[in-house]
Amino acid sequence: MLDRRRPVLTYIVLTVFLLLVITPFVWMILGSLKTQGELLRVPPTWLPEEPTGDNFRRLFERPFGLYFRNSTVVALAVTLGNLFFSSMFGYALAHLDFPLKRLLFVLVLVCLMIPGLVTFIPQYVLVVNLGLANTIPALILPFLVQPFSVFLMRQFFLGLPRELLEAGRIDGVGEIAIFFRIYLPLAGPAFATLGILTFLGSWNNFLWPLVVSSDESTYTLPVALALISTGQNQTDYGLLLAGATLIVLPILVVFLFFQRHFIQGIASSGIK
Amino acid sequence: MTTTTALGPDAPRPLGPRGRGGPARRRGRRSAAEARAGLLLSLPFVLLFAVFIAWPVVQSMFMSFTDMRISDIRSPFAVNFVGLDNYLTAFRDPVFRRAAANTGVFVLIGVPLTIAAGLAAAVALDRGIGRLRGVFRMGFYTPVITSIVAVAVVWRFLLQAENGLVNTVLGWVGIDGPNWLGDERTALLSLIVMAVWRNFGTSMVIFLAGLQAVDRGLHEAAALDGAGAWQRFRHITLPSIRPTMLFVLVTTSIGYLQFFEEPFVMTSGGPLNATISASMYTYNQFGFGNYGVAGAMAYLTFVVIGIVTLAQFRLMREK
Repeated sequence: MLDRRRPVLTYIVLTVFLLLVITPFVWMILGSLKTQGELLRVPPTWLPEEPTGDNFRRLFERPFGLYFRNSTVVALAVTLGNLFFSSMFGYALAHLDFPLKRLLFVLVLVCLMIPGLVTFIPQYVLVVNLGLANTIPALILPFLVQPFSVFLMRQFFLGLPRELLEAGRIDGVGEIAIFFRIYLPLAGPAFATLGILTFLGSWNNFLWPLVVSSDESTYTLPVALALISTGQNQTDYGLLLAGATLIVLPILVVFLFFQRHFIQGIASSGIK
Repeated sequence: MTTTTALGPDAPRPLGPRGRGGPARRRGRRSAAEARAGLLLSLPFVLLFAVFIAWPVVQSMFMSFTDMRISDIRSPFAVNFVGLDNYLTAFRDPVFRRAAANTGVFVLIGVPLTIAAGLAAAVALDRGIGRLRGVFRMGFYTPVITSIVAVAVVWRFLLQAENGLVNTVLGWVGIDGPNWLGDERTALLSLIVMAVWRNFGTSMVIFLAGLQAVDRGLHEAAALDGAGAWQRFRHITLPSIRPTMLFVLVTTSIGYLQFFEEPFVMTSGGPLNATISASMYTYNQFGFGNYGVAGAMAYLTFVVIGIVTLAQFRLMREK
């Protein structure tokens, strides 16, 4: 552009910055392949001298396969639920006129601002009284409806032409069918964004599962790792870093594949 | 904002900019079907929302004026009203005051740093480079998508006093690094740095989108007139991204006012309450079974969030 030197300098600064930002991840993955002896050495080593899969083997001697499955099941259910419920509601808010619509929308917006801790205790009391403590549904139900999802879907449907609705009516398509047969098939990009965001939020969710699950059979990965890292194994860095890698890697892979949707979606939620 | 009062489905009402077209005489019949469809499509969400969000919000308000404890969990309505006692308890509690002060420090330092880092990264990516943009953007965003529990494990390892990477690197230049998380003077600072690392990617992405609104022609004209890069940034870029700035400021502040996970997983609020936050102490009260007090503290945070958000809207609008 106007200045030819600039890009080189920018590249250098950005690269240094990038290295700083990703060092913890590099350190985590390299560390998960080191022996305990090497991890405790002063000064620390960069590359593992004798790479070992032993930390991961020890990790899976515990029921980490089960925790991984729990995390996956919960995240998938929460994601599907969010796509389903908030696309229906989001569409209704965007294109249909019905009683209480304004009030409902304002309520949802207000709830975007409410801190999680405000609802936390009553939700816990509710789950206990429903007899759902220590069950997988308890990890799913409170997250099926999220104000942010509705907001995102509403914004998306507002961006789709209203003529589709008019055309559907003229062709005699029922109101509900207009949504399912005309608008829903167009919601791919919004579903991609919302799906990834929700999956991620659920996968990384930590506090609620920690409180609601007191039995191993319903632990998710973050809960299991948090309990190990504060228990008697808290200095077993090999095991902990292997656990951290197990949580982070699947997300990184998903992110690599979908990063375009991801980033555009977040950006659009901020712009509209 | 006006709320909807008892308007029947057929009552005339403003339709907004996208008012329905079509012959007026068919509107009545259509509206009934439309209203039914709208309600049906909303129903599943609204029901779950009422049970799992709206009702808990109300119940928690109720709870904050009662002496509810963990022993009342099976009969949440068989409790006594205690008026504002829980709120007074919160204000009188020195640990809560400490927690509120820590949260304030965290917000006052963390929010500007996060915004500055995100904006700097966004401007560099937007202007400076063409190729590799995606790589940088993804790298900077990676901390955002990472589980806090995994992050805590890794950062505790990095920040170890004896053989942590940070102190090793500092040792190369002759600095004897402190026990970052174990020292009262550096623990909160360490958590702030970690939070900035974990969150600046979000603001970067939003700024990147906002920067599309900046007029490139104006930049080039100003450059030809001799305006330096900083002047152009200050007088062209910044005013153009005001709405984005407001959005990032508000959402980052709301997030940081609820600062919780970092101290919870990294330091448990220590050493000597140096890193305990308002949300974390609220959670501790829940853990002790003091549900009423916890409810009051949660609502106090909510009120502060509301005030700060309103203030920010005011400030950003006036200039």
